[in-house]
Amino acid sequence: MVDIYTKPKISAAQIVLVFSILVLVVVVGIPVILIFLTAFFEDGKLNIPGFVQILKDPDTYQALWNSLVIAFGTTLVSTTVGVFFAWLVARTDLPFKKTMKALFLVPFMLPSFIGALAWKVLLSPRAGYINKFLMALLGLERAPIDIMSMGGIIVIESMYLFPFVFLQVESALERMDPTLEESARISGAGLLTITRKITLPLVLPSILSGALLVALYSLAHFGVPAILGTEKGIYNIPTKIYERIYSSGGSFRAIRVGTILSTILVISAALILKAQDLLLKKGKYQIIAGKSMRPMLLKLRALRTPLLIVSIIYIGITVILPTVTIFLVGGLKTYGLSFELKNLTWANYLEIFRWKMTKDAIWNSVYLSLGAALVTMLAGTMISYVIVKSRPRGKFILELLGVLPFSLPGTVIALGVILTWSGRFGINIYNTPWIIFVAYIARYMAFSLKSNSAALQQVSDSLEEASRACGATHFQTLKNIVLPLIRPGMISAFFLIFLPALRELTTSVLLYGPTTRTIGVAIYALNEDGETVRAAALASVALIIILVGETSIRNFLARLQKQE
Amino acid sequence: MSELKLISVTKRFNQVVAVNKLNLEVQKGECFSFLGPSGCGKTTTLRMIAGFEDLDEGELLVDGEVYSSSYKKYYLPPEKRDFGMVFQAFAVWPHLTVWDNVAFPLQIRRIPKLEMEKRVKEALQSTGLSAIKDLYPSKLSGGEQQRIALARAVAINPKVMLLDEPLSNLDPKLREEMRFEIKDLQRRFGFTILYVTHDQAEAMALSDRMLVMNLGVVQQVGKPLEIYNEPANKFVFSFIGLSNFLKVRVREGKAYPLGQEHGPPISTEAPSKYGESCYAAFRPGEVDLISGSSESGVPAIVTRSTFLGDLVDYRISIGSQEIRVQKPKKNGLLRNGEACRVRINRIHWFPLD
Amino acid sequence: MSEIEFRSVSKSFGKKQVLENLSFLIRPGECFTILGPSGCGKTIVVRLIAGFETPDRGTIRIGTTTVADGSKGYALPPENRNIGVVFQDYAVWPHMTVLENVLYPLRMQKVPKEEAIQRAKMAIKQVNMEGLEDRLPYQLSGGQQQRVALARALVSKPAILLLDEPLSNLDANLREEMRFEIKELQKSTNSTLLYVTHDQEVALAISDRIAVMNEKGEFQQIGTPEEVYDQPANPFVFRFLGIANFIPVHVRDGKTYLTPSAKEFLPMPESVQKAKGMSSGNFLAACRPMEVELSRANGPLEGKVVRKALLGPIIDYRIDLGGTIVRAQLQTEEGSMKDLIFEEGDACRVGFSRLLWFPKNGEGEVTHG
Repeated sequence: MVDIYTKPKISAAQIVLVFSILVLVVVVGIPVILIFLTAFFEDGKLNIPGFVQILKDPDTYQALWNSLVIAFGTTLVSTTVGVFFAWLVARTDLPFKKTMKALFLVPFMLPSFIGALAWKVLLSPRAGYINKFLMALLGLERAPIDIMSMGGIIVIESMYLFPFVFLQVESALERMDPTLEESARISGAGLLTITRKITLPLVLPSILSGALLVALYSLAHFGVPAILGTEKGIYNIPTKIYERIYSSGGSFRAIRVGTILSTILVISAALILKAQDLLLKKGKYQIIAGKSMRPMLLKLRALRTPLLIVSIIYIGITVILPTVTIFLVGGLKTYGLSFELKNLTWANYLEIFRWKMTKDAIWNSVYLSLGAALVTMLAGTMISYVIVKSRPRGKFILELLGVLPFSLPGTVIALGVILTWSGRFGINIYNTPWIIFVAYIARYMAFSLKSNSAALQQVSDSLEEASRACGATHFQTLKNIVLPLIRPGMISAFFLIFLPALRELTTSVLLYGPTTRTIGVAIYALNEDGETVRAAALASVALIIILVGETSIRNFLARLQKQE
Repeated sequence: MSELKLISVTKRFNQVVAVNKLNLEVQKGECFSFLGPSGCGKTTTLRMIAGFEDLDEGELLVDGEVYSSSYKKYYLPPEKRDFGMVFQAFAVWPHLTVWDNVAFPLQIRRIPKLEMEKRVKEALQSTGLSAIKDLYPSKLSGGEQQRIALARAVAINPKVMLLDEPLSNLDPKLREEMRFEIKDLQRRFGFTILYVTHDQAEAMALSDRMLVMNLGVVQQVGKPLEIYNEPANKFVFSFIGLSNFLKVRVREGKAYPLGQEHGPPISTEAPSKYGESCYAAFRPGEVDLISGSSESGVPAIVTRSTFLGDLVDYRISIGSQEIRVQKPKKNGLLRNGEACRVRINRIHWFPLD
Repeated sequence: MSEIEFRSVSKSFGKKQVLENLSFLIRPGECFTILGPSGCGKTIVVRLIAGFETPDRGTIRIGTTTVADGSKGYALPPENRNIGVVFQDYAVWPHMTVLENVLYPLRMQKVPKEEAIQRAKMAIKQVNMEGLEDRLPYQLSGGQQQRVALARALVSKPAILLLDEPLSNLDANLREEMRFEIKELQKSTNSTLLYVTHDQEVALAISDRIAVMNEKGEFQQIGTPEEVYDQPANPFVFRFLGIANFIPVHVRDGKTYLTPSAKEFLPMPESVQKAKGMSSGNFLAACRPMEVELSRANGPLEGKVVRKALLGPIIDYRIDLGGTIVRAQLQTEEGSMKDLIFEEGDACRVGFSRLLWFPKNGEGEVTHG
């Protein structure tokens, strides 16, 4: 009898598990706990009445109410527009479908606060270009459209959030098993009845799922309400938190109010995500066809051209108009001048690259998002492996902590990070780039986990076991088999984080210091200071960087996929 | 009057002719199958009958009435054709209960409530679904879902039932059971069945008559046993079951395996119409294997002997050709490498390609 | 080629006891098949031998090495066991070419490059994949991928080969071809082969011995294919190996009667009575469909044809035999020649070329080969 191998006391798997839990606890868990503690405890004692008091304060109460109204309105508008265009693209014989589909998704790529900036330029009640044009044309005394209003916020947010609904519904409609509708047809139902009784109920889960995502993002939105609402005193929760903290110079009281509002935000977000989860489990029917069969298309006939024109106009207004405006305004010598060639100059653009403030902002954004993306990708890969592949008990903690950030808006994460890293545990990185770095990791960890988990689940256990059977140790298996196979997932996790981090505003606006401005913060600050032209110029440069980044990465990923 | 009549029906997809001048008459109450490999045009034909595709040329008549005609430029949409149809992937609506699924076509036709309830109950009872009428399809097995589809089609009392590979997604034991159930339903409700399948055992077990198709062209129409015993051509013979094709030389009515012209012939009744060489085709079960010491039969060697339980499967080489023979175990067991003699009991003759 | 021995191996997952006190021996160079329904535990046996699972109790020995000991809590890791495994889903690595896949085990053994490439190419040739060395798996069909998995399992000349349902994802024709190739490969490399499947056709076709396992992970019978098919130890084995007829009968005062209708049946032979110690009570007479002898007029028992199915080469009948439905099959040729093509509703006479007898309750004894 040969006695070669004795099991060690602690396995490598257990060490990695503990380490993973530690990482997530420090990065995600502690900030969240501190938020709740600060919100509910005053002077070390549980203080619920104090909590309620602050909520009842008319100022905060108004912000809560606005948040709800905006979220509701945005969801309604986005869903209507999203379903309409999804149905148009997936189920009718609309021409140029592929182009339309790609163009409808462009708003995903553009930062919404830059869009808000453009619309402010066009439709602000005092100086908006379109308003001035209409007033002159129709001889009006007052501006016909005021974009700096609740309605304005809802419309602009919808423009940038409707792709959530569009994407889900279009995909469901396109891939739905056509025999589900054919069997209805042969049962005697005409097209209208089929749409009403079969098609719509079956895509309802997708519609609702998209709508819930819109609600979630709207609640957490900072940029659009900040640019269009704050001047008029319209606040939602994120902007109210920002206003309180900055007007009081970062007082503890203001932070406390912030945490209380954050708690409401987190609870609402958690409820929405739970609702979505239930929908996915119960309601999402297996309606996707196995074979690639085309669903039946409605012939639009006489409506074909008018609807095409409607779509084009919509894209023109939502995508082209604001982008062109930003570029033009960025080239104006002074804000307020008309868009004539004599009033335009390249000077502003060149200045962006010479002025320290903007140069630093660009540089900060680039290296912070690159760094955060790298670290989050690597940590996410390790943690995902533990979640997906290992069996030690206690991994449910990891799953919980990993999913948590999904329900945390950027504002809340920023607050939590402030509470954790401003000296409480002996480390003070407030006003340094590190605090933004840590906040990004917390914010985007969930994306990394999701992408890596998906890639890991594709690597079936038998692929690893086959390697072990061929004589490879666990470590050799990870190196030779697992890593090469999940590389695409890792890379896509990297870009899933890098690009949004590059252009975000919500989180860094609460964390920046004089030398640690990001692109988003710089644009916002310039706008706040009334430097609209410079803000627009920087925004234009940002748009170019983002667009170039997005397209080159997409091509790179496409080429990578072809190789596989 | 025939229940269904297809006159010179043709369908093209781009340049490919999917169905080529199909002529067919199906009688009332028949169980009629379309059999062929995938891509042969059988599903396209069924979809044209259902109305999901329109024929490019020809006419479709149901009980004397024109449903589609290229000459008269007439086309009746599927929702007006009053057929019952069962799809391969069940196509049962997941958001409706079993009851609501079955009641749907009756609701569309605005059948009065009492009558509708009666019909739904009967349909459910005839498919054994009465106990689960309030459940949702996602909680049910594949077999149960397919029964829902059957009940739904049966509920409208159709004259014709169209079934498109309805059993391919079920496991083999269930397939056998469901075959009998479909036949029972036909007996009870009296409709005509048009059945599409690529499984020749299924087609043979189920049909009164069947049509074998390849590349859009009808190869043979007839009763299952007729087609099995008198196949029209080499394709039909090989598609309908395991087959052997032995190349032979024909001389004065005697057929010799190629390369074995100096040995005993395998048949003394070979036709001359195919010339000097042709195929002798036969089934694995229509062969007698005699031990090597006998004098009658063609000499051969067992190259592989596989015990399958009830049957033994042999690969036998005759010269440079190999044939397949299956005999019941009770007839004895020959081992690998054993010499033996082959006697073929029934031969179909086909020309060389 | 090595022996494999299980001694009193038990394994549970959570509350489910999958294997309990399982013992058996696979002889060197043998092709041994574990045949059982899905979920019975046969895959766990493979995983225990491979080292992907550790037994709770009992020992596992491969050759002279004890690779696992449940009571001591140790198990030799898979990479040290010198095995070849072929999985149900092939597990061919999609990012490596055919050659790289097959080279992998040799790389892990640190075989010098020249020699490794030569051996890999020979293994590839052995599975008839010559010329496809530089293909990637997505360019290969299911059958070809399975061959790559086989070559990879064989190239390191392992002591034992483990195959876990390797053919279930292939279509019927390919399955036939591949099982023959597997058998040939095993004979030429002289490896000990453990094959695990639920498909009794494969088991009968390739095995030297078959172990039939029930849902509880217990071996019901171990024997050669002929033994297991012809002399089943109990109704479970009989039913699993093929289509089975069970006719409930009861024996009284030396006569045998059909249970539902109490009509007289064929008498239970005295030899059987003595051997099984059964002389009165409830029993099951069992036979295969092809052992039912039908006739128009000559036959000991009365029957009525309830169902008829012409399946091409075979005709399948359901016969009502005094209340019990019996399934009969005969080759179409025989049916045509002997005028045995009945219609549904026809009366017929029924006899049996061979009957097995089992006691009514209980699975019978478990025999070890």
